[in-house]
Amino acid sequence: MNTLEFSSWIFLSSILAGLLGSLTGLGGGVVIVPVLTLLFHIDIRYAIGASLVSVIATSSGAAAAYVREGFSNVRIGMFLEIATTLGALLGAYLTLIVSTHAIGIVFGAVLLYSAYASFRSHSDVAHRQPNPLALRLRLQGSYPAPSGPESYVAQNVPAGFSLMFVAGTLSGLLGIGSGAVKVLAMDQAMHLPFKVSTTTSNFMIGVTAAASAGVYLSRGYISPGLAMPVMLGVLIGSLVGSRILVNAKVKTLRLIFAGVIVLLGIEMIYNSVTGRL
Amino acid sequence: MMDDQKMEVAMGHLLRTGVLIAAFVVFIGGVLYLNQNRGPRPDYATFHSVAAGLRSPVGVIKQLPTGDSNAIIQLGLLLLIATPIARVIFAAFGFSAEKDWLYLIISLIVLAVLTYSLLDGH
Repeated sequence: MNTLEFSSWIFLSSILAGLLGSLTGLGGGVVIVPVLTLLFHIDIRYAIGASLVSVIATSSGAAAAYVREGFSNVRIGMFLEIATTLGALLGAYLTLIVSTHAIGIVFGAVLLYSAYASFRSHSDVAHRQPNPLALRLRLQGSYPAPSGPESYVAQNVPAGFSLMFVAGTLSGLLGIGSGAVKVLAMDQAMHLPFKVSTTTSNFMIGVTAAASAGVYLSRGYISPGLAMPVMLGVLIGSLVGSRILVNAKVKTLRLIFAGVIVLLGIEMIYNSVTGRL
Repeated sequence: MMDDQKMEVAMGHLLRTGVLIAAFVVFIGGVLYLNQNRGPRPDYATFHSVAAGLRSPVGVIKQLPTGDSNAIIQLGLLLLIATPIARVIFAAFGFSAEKDWLYLIISLIVLAVLTYSLLDGH
């Protein structure tokens, strides 16, 4: 295969990965890394390097659309980014120590969890119990509910902050946005409304990924020849995906795609355990 | 006076513009790259790290005048990495305009972590 053919296949696969990532709400990273490693037999360090930059592209590219809805909370996001960026630095350093097999196994586990998490039921009930720490940190806000603006206050701040550190570490270790864990921290631990959690998470993903990007770059994980088709493809795929999301009924799509994610997760773990990754 | 909502909308546009510029630079670099590399596909199956000149912002900028397509792609990727950093800087200005000193400090902490990641040699 020559360079043009190879780049074209990577580009097309990345468009699909971006599409899948945005339709499932999991992000392009969790799809493209297994595709690059399992299908194209690319070393996982190059794969996570290319994935990480595409994660930044989709997060920043979608920000304008999310912001317009008025759900994301800039203070909650910024405060929690202290945890995610420090975690991301740790995760990026861990890629130097941890074996590629171990990275593959953790990756598979995160895939399985993400697929499961995309089916959890969510409530948009706003919690308003005054939480002293949250109020001192101004971790509160309001969002446009059908019945008018609903206010909310974050709960369990230390638990949410710790989970965010874990999300950041996974992001740095696996080159993904780890949106599923970020949403878990905000939605489940801090009891923020689901829409606030997902849109704020999207905002945070880019900043988190930027924190490990520096380490990836200096370690030579970001290979221009590979990152080029991956970044452009995932960006196009996810932009198209977000357009489809607005119009299409996504229930069945989600079901199919979650099945794909589960298969990729099992395959990642299997290949890592048998030493083929 | 700038409120949170206005600040976020402005940030959203800033980010999208940054991504479009970065993607354009990567695309130009990509066209050149495909033109310069007509041989067999590169081997990514074994990890041997990227050329030293492409592993730091300073190295990439130094290599640009040679017209190396790899350096142009890498410049685009650096612009991309800069978009969320620009967002944090922008937010820091927004918070100080609101006289929210707590969140100014929080933004600066996040900014310090990002700067450390990008500029330290590791």
